[in-house]
Amino acid sequence: MTSDDLDTVRARERAAFAAAPCRLAVCTAAGCLSSGAGAVRDALERTAADGADSPGLRIIGTGCLGLCHAGPLLRVFRAGAPDVTYAHATPDLAAAVVRQLPDGRLPDERQLPAMHPFFAHQHPVVLENAGRIDCERIEDYVAAGGYAALQQAMTEMKPDDVIREVVASGLRGRGGAGYPTGLKWSTVAKARGAGKFVVCNADEGDPGAFMDRSVLEGDPHRVIEGMAIAGFAVGAEQGYIYVRGEYPLAVSRLRVAIRQAERMDLLGQRILDTPFSFRIDVRIGAGAFVCGEETALIASIEGKRGAPRPRPPYPASFGLWGRPTLINNVETYANIPPIIRSGGAAYARLGTERSKGTKVFALAGAIVNTGLIEVPMGTSLRQIIFDIGGGIPDGRSFKAAQTGGPSGGCIPASHLDLPVDYEALAGIGSIMGSGGLIVMDDRSCMVDVARFFMEFCRDESCGKCIPCRAGTVQMHTLLMRMTTGVAAERDLTLLEQLADMVTRTSLCGLGQTAANPVVSTLRHFRDEYMAHILEHRCPAGVCRMPRAPERAS
Amino acid sequence: MSFLDMDDRLLDLAARMDLVYSPLMDVKTFPEHVDITLVEGAVANQDHLRQIATIRERTDILVAFGDCAVTGNVTALRNPLNTAGVVLRRAYGDDEAGSPGRPPRPGGTADVPALLDKVRTIRSCVRVDVYLPGCPPPADVIVDVLSDLIAGKVDGLHNRSRLG
Amino acid sequence: MSVRTLTINGQPVSATEEQTILDVAREHGIDIPTLCHFDGLSEHAGCRLCLVEIAGSPKLHAACVTPAAEGIEVTTHSDRVTAYRRQIVELLLAERNHVCSVCVANRNCELQDLAVAMNLHHVRYEPQDPQLALDASHPRFIMDPNRCVLCTRCVRVCDEIEGAHTWDVMARGRRAMIVSDLNQPWGESPSCTGCGKCVRVCPTGALFEKGATTTVRDPDFLTYLKTAREQKLWIR
Ligand SMILES: Cc1cc2nc3c(=O)[nH]c(=O)nc-3n(C[C@H](O)[C@H](O)[C@H](O)COP(=O)(O)O)c2cc1C
Repeated sequence: MTSDDLDTVRARERAAFAAAPCRLAVCTAAGCLSSGAGAVRDALERTAADGADSPGLRIIGTGCLGLCHAGPLLRVFRAGAPDVTYAHATPDLAAAVVRQLPDGRLPDERQLPAMHPFFAHQHPVVLENAGRIDCERIEDYVAAGGYAALQQAMTEMKPDDVIREVVASGLRGRGGAGYPTGLKWSTVAKARGAGKFVVCNADEGDPGAFMDRSVLEGDPHRVIEGMAIAGFAVGAEQGYIYVRGEYPLAVSRLRVAIRQAERMDLLGQRILDTPFSFRIDVRIGAGAFVCGEETALIASIEGKRGAPRPRPPYPASFGLWGRPTLINNVETYANIPPIIRSGGAAYARLGTERSKGTKVFALAGAIVNTGLIEVPMGTSLRQIIFDIGGGIPDGRSFKAAQTGGPSGGCIPASHLDLPVDYEALAGIGSIMGSGGLIVMDDRSCMVDVARFFMEFCRDESCGKCIPCRAGTVQMHTLLMRMTTGVAAERDLTLLEQLADMVTRTSLCGLGQTAANPVVSTLRHFRDEYMAHILEHRCPAGVCRMPRAPERAS
Repeated sequence: MSFLDMDDRLLDLAARMDLVYSPLMDVKTFPEHVDITLVEGAVANQDHLRQIATIRERTDILVAFGDCAVTGNVTALRNPLNTAGVVLRRAYGDDEAGSPGRPPRPGGTADVPALLDKVRTIRSCVRVDVYLPGCPPPADVIVDVLSDLIAGKVDGLHNRSRLG
Repeated sequence: MSVRTLTINGQPVSATEEQTILDVAREHGIDIPTLCHFDGLSEHAGCRLCLVEIAGSPKLHAACVTPAAEGIEVTTHSDRVTAYRRQIVELLLAERNHVCSVCVANRNCELQDLAVAMNLHHVRYEPQDPQLALDASHPRFIMDPNRCVLCTRCVRVCDEIEGAHTWDVMARGRRAMIVSDLNQPWGESPSCTGCGKCVRVCPTGALFEKGATTTVRDPDFLTYLKTAREQKLWIR
């Protein structure tokens, strides 16, 4: 298939789209599927088949609509009418929708308000296709403008031009560290050596994070397109997507998508009849957080134990099987097609001075609208949590938000108006991380929160370096002493010294950031620690202390 | 025994101090206002726990003397088992011939103090002023450290002997 | 071969292109503590004891894997890294069941030596007291994981020098263990050649010969072996 052939397909699909005056989209992301989206979809299809009088009706399974707590979600698109979204859809409701469609009077029950604030304040770029396309049909993606960026790169641009656009976009890595993507691409492009690789990091191990999963499940072609463009730009012919084993649906949709793309010459030998070839293989992780760290991930793809190694050398010069390797996060690649389509400069108009574009966040914890959102960089936490997230449930009050998961920190109420970008978050002792955002109300004990994340790091440490392996154990022990009311002041000193040592001496990012939750809760909630230690009391009433005080020291 | 290895130097030392309490002396209660106490051994039962608290209260400079006091050492070999019951059953119960013995109750009796589930170091019970590791600490080091302590020097005393 | 000049603790030194900071420091009698490093094996960079400061860099650098680059100013014993090293050794002593007085390696043990060199006379961290079974199934050797510091010298020597790759690491974090083959008793290992190299490189008493009352320290033995192999020179 040539580029012109692809244009033909796109035109045909768009015509078919236009000819279908009505589309019913069921969210078929893992969240909605687990609350019964499959049955809803069956009911739609059965009812539609029964009443043969629904010409032009298309039923699609689509990517995550975001409002996960209200699933299964069902959205109705009609030509000339506003979209209607149903929350907690049931098979009965689905059948009613199909039956009533012809007279245009949809059921009122379970309809979300037309301008639901959850949707109104968002700005989808990465998630632009969520709810609109069928995630298992490549034609839907193509009709929505998919693979146009790859076509453009193949036919109108040189690798350098592509890199220049990515640099101009100001895009930074969405996997956590925020490294400038354009700079990374040009380093790999300049690296000498044949047989370069492009790797997509889809290990997503932060507790509470599901941004990457949703993108892979809902719009897998977007990631494939981004990787193919990256391969073209840096001169690689082979790509790997490393997906965590807990994401079977993402894996199966990716595999379907790769096959579809290969059939249309968008992957494989001589892409779109140009000299460029690029293949993608899927590799499945076995559930270790540390395998998200790039050197451990590379070791894992090579079939070795997933343990990190010292950098330098960085993967850009010495990566997979010793070859120059570009490694980026799922969301980073998902931003590439729009950057190429509309140009880096246009993309850079979104966001803040040093953090461009949008960011997808997974809202979890004590928040009304748990789910997936996308907002421009620089949106304030208050807007995210209260306007989009609907605030704190049960009439409780906001206490803190944790960004960056076990590597991040907590943000107290005094910083709610902070514009969320890489620098601002780092400035108050947290990090952007990959986009997990856990909201805590006044019933959360911050010492216990620190203990929880430390337990996670202790259990996920690979054990290669001593500070991380044994330091997290001891920090966890000290936090346990505090939460069970047997700690003394010297335990706090030991904890602070260990936090510093583990941060400074650990081999990889896991250990280097493992103490962040401790350091940041100490910074903003030191009085809670002191209450646990001096008074053997948990102000939030979370920690039970039957053995306190063990002895006076 | 290492203490006795100090030989005639022991006599020198003796001239400079009063020995007010020792397991070998016929003194039942730990005296008040003691300048220096060398504590040997780990804290293994309830009685030890009470004793160490008393000693700390009545002592100016408390020396954790030897590896058992400092790390738990051989006494703490049972700690991975986590409970006193297992140890008592093993020691007093199932004998090699398989006949069930009668292990003391883990909770202790009027005459036998209850074993702690885990053997503890002195430091985990009370404040320690000087650590003198070694199994045993060499006689020379004991002489040195005691001489310094008697002369009123406390700082920099830790570093003269090694673990093990 | 280009020569580089740099300073270590203010002392000007020169180095070849392949040398690490650790190599150069040792050549000049500057003692940077190590535990996982062993002459003749690849670097593991896991013990973090050889971390040093380089002027102008906020990070610490593992001397065993950091090239002795032109012009750098290295400090090997700042108060900060000395304190960190001490904490690392304390962490190790609390991690497993290290009881020097009953250990075959007593007074011949690199961990114990480190503690002594650092004037470490007690451990502030809570002993973890793990329950670990020793493996005495091999006819000549014993593996006691209670004394293991996971330096992986045994894994590397078996893989890189002997070529058998009997040892490897199983599980992660505090549960990580050195295992033979697919975690079967050492004595039943089909790949073990019984060469004993792992026993020779073990820094503690985790690997030792049956019936031995003490262990042997032979830090140069791989260099000797390599010279013999590659140059057919059996010299020490
Ligand atoms: C312990 C640890 C876990 C990580 N997990 C992930 C992950 O799940 N997904 C990810 O994209 N990056 C993860 N990273 C970051 C990667 O090492 C790497 O920086 C990233 O994949 C680079 O892509 P980017 O530049 O697009 O962000 C992790 C890093 C560490 C230290």
